[in-house]
Amino acid sequence: MSQLIALKNGAASTIEDDWLLVKLPQTHVEERKQAGKVVLFKLTGEQTVTPEQITNTTIPASGKVILPLKVFLANQKTLQARIGKGEIGVWLATHEILEDLTNALPDLNTLPIIAIFVERFADGRIFSLGNLLRTRYGYKNTLRSFGDVLRDQLFFQKRSGFDQFVIRADRSANDAITSLNDFSAPYQGAADDSRPAFQRYNRGA
Amino acid sequence: MYKYDKIDQTIINERVDQYRDQIRRYLAKELTDDEFRPLRLQNGLYIQRHAPMLRIAVPYGLLSSTQLRKLGDITKKYDKGYGHFSTRQNLQLNWPKLEDTPDILAELATVEMHAVQTSGNCIRNITTDQFAGVAPDEIIDPRAVAEIMRQWSTFHPEFALLPRKFKIAVSGTRQDRAIVQVHDIGLEFYKDTLGKMAIKVWVGGGLGRTPILGTVIREHLEWQYILTYCEAIIRVYNLHGRRDNAFKARIKILVKALGIDEFRRQVDAEWVHLKDGPNTITEAELARVAKHFEPMPYESLPDTDASFDAAISNNPAFAAWTKRCVHPHKQPGYRAVTLSLKPHGHPPGDITCEQMHVVANLADQYSFGELRSSHEQNLILADVKLSDLYAVWEKARAAGLATPNIGLLTDIICCPGGDFCSLANAKSIPIAEAIQTQFDNLDYLHDIGDIELNISGCMNACGHHHVGHIGILGVDKDGSEWYQVTIGGKQGNDASLGTVIGPSFSANEMPGVVQKLIDVYIQQRTDEERFIDTVRRIGVDPFKTHVYAK
Ligand code: SF4
Repeated sequence: MSQLIALKNGAASTIEDDWLLVKLPQTHVEERKQAGKVVLFKLTGEQTVTPEQITNTTIPASGKVILPLKVFLANQKTLQARIGKGEIGVWLATHEILEDLTNALPDLNTLPIIAIFVERFADGRIFSLGNLLRTRYGYKNTLRSFGDVLRDQLFFQKRSGFDQFVIRADRSANDAITSLNDFSAPYQGAADDSRPAFQRYNRGA
Repeated sequence: MYKYDKIDQTIINERVDQYRDQIRRYLAKELTDDEFRPLRLQNGLYIQRHAPMLRIAVPYGLLSSTQLRKLGDITKKYDKGYGHFSTRQNLQLNWPKLEDTPDILAELATVEMHAVQTSGNCIRNITTDQFAGVAPDEIIDPRAVAEIMRQWSTFHPEFALLPRKFKIAVSGTRQDRAIVQVHDIGLEFYKDTLGKMAIKVWVGGGLGRTPILGTVIREHLEWQYILTYCEAIIRVYNLHGRRDNAFKARIKILVKALGIDEFRRQVDAEWVHLKDGPNTITEAELARVAKHFEPMPYESLPDTDASFDAAISNNPAFAAWTKRCVHPHKQPGYRAVTLSLKPHGHPPGDITCEQMHVVANLADQYSFGELRSSHEQNLILADVKLSDLYAVWEKARAAGLATPNIGLLTDIICCPGGDFCSLANAKSIPIAEAIQTQFDNLDYLHDIGDIELNISGCMNACGHHHVGHIGILGVDKDGSEWYQVTIGGKQGNDASLGTVIGPSFSANEMPGVVQKLIDVYIQQRTDEERFIDTVRRIGVDPFKTHVYAK
């Protein structure tokens, strides 16, 4: 069963993934504690990728690949031809700075796909990132979420501009699809429809 | 008050279905405890010491008699026949069964109520002055905008999982009664030099472990931009607020870390892009919502009433009640009435099913079928005719709702504390009850005069102890319960945070400690001085010396 849900013209279904997600090589990360508790979230802007990880990442020589932001930035020049062919996508984690990507590309839409990795369900930064990509930076191609993605985030992610969702491996993507339509007429304007209810409907006076 | 249209009702009905399915998945073990937690919290469901606790939203403290009856019936059917009004104007059920909570929500939806975002790391119920719309010192009734903001914040997709809870208060009076300065965002409405509705925006206030009063981020915001401006603030917070440490995750820490000028710069940089976008409130939308908050169909009456005057002079108990529980009103011949949920020796803010029905009937008969809850945890009938006050008093008194102690020492603001709350360091209700018993003499209470005493069972400060003239905080010392005392806190335009007077006390000592604080005040006060004024004039030391004297 595929874990990937795709929204197309408002209809959702699970599809096969034709992109290869390139991960960073594992490094040993020390467990951080604060006030006796394990630190679960990374700070926005925190540097988490080492130069070794970047150089040690193997970029497959052909095919459609989604590269980690830092790897993409380090190899942008040599990748020009493949970017031109639409073979290169980029992923970033919720604590990474979106502008590092937007500043590096004159036209964001040369990327057919951008993916955002959310390490923890409760990390709502992903919604702002999606929203900014769609509304501020005019990104029109596929916007995908992956990581700790469970069905109860989907409605919010959809409204924040995402149109593909990789459901966490231990959960059913088919079950999750239902939640994309938890609400039929939301109140506020968002990335999927910028008009708030008071602009969308005649609510009488 | 606001009436749902089809859109509002659909959202609330769909919410019930969504929540019912979440509960089903949790019970079927398709959701782990950790996964279920943020979901249930966004619906006001806590897992407490003895049972779950369900917090029901009372948007900006406004209720209809129909809603209150339904709440009463719910406490009877699903709980132990009583509920608890919180300092956020909401109603809490202490003993519902987890499996019943979807049915409770379904019943609430039939009277246009819900538990959406009453907890969790999201935008919470927006609070305001309990006298909104009727207070003589009101410049602008903030409820229409509060309702527009309620809708905007309900399931806001971008702000569904913030670093921490986010509280907004609105106020439109000369004397702030909504404590806007201790909220993540405080909105103070006023009329600008052109006579237009404008807002002074405060940001970064909050109590809890690190109490901080808010700072003004914008002196003048045109009302059309409230949603977009708040979006800019909350977006900066969502992206940059600390998620690595729950104690540092509130917006106040971010504002302090960046400094207000840098924070404002970032907000303005966001706002440029949002400012005139589709979430700009239109005149038509404001008018549509404001229609629901038009003044009641008042009779034109003189501002005196012979029967009322006669009752005052003939009945000292009634006179005492009117002095404390009856408040001025915009409309001549009308008054607002506070029904005390602080009878001595009972948990502050608790109300039984039967009392809810009594209040609902009083609202129907004497106050246009509406009532309010206050952050001081009392109920208010906002529109009572002067000539009806005596009848209201008699009926309220018969139901135990007319203790004439509003604004007095025994009108204690108190969180549920260790009796219910699993986060508590110490119990708070028994302390409140012991103080009420110590000061059970009404004449003495009236002599002490206006004073606010607030109790929280832990750092989370649900009882707002930092802004109590006397604040009591439950602390844990080697596994036993102790109480730290602050004085000099105050809510309002001249808000201040209290100062700790010294080492903490055991529960038994607390009534005596409060007594000593009062003794110093009585001894030192000048004629017109309230407790807080004396503390501000003479400082903390004389109180400290007396309390800790051997
Ligand atoms: S202040 Fe602490 S003890 Fe009291 S209700 Fe809040 S969390 Fe619970």
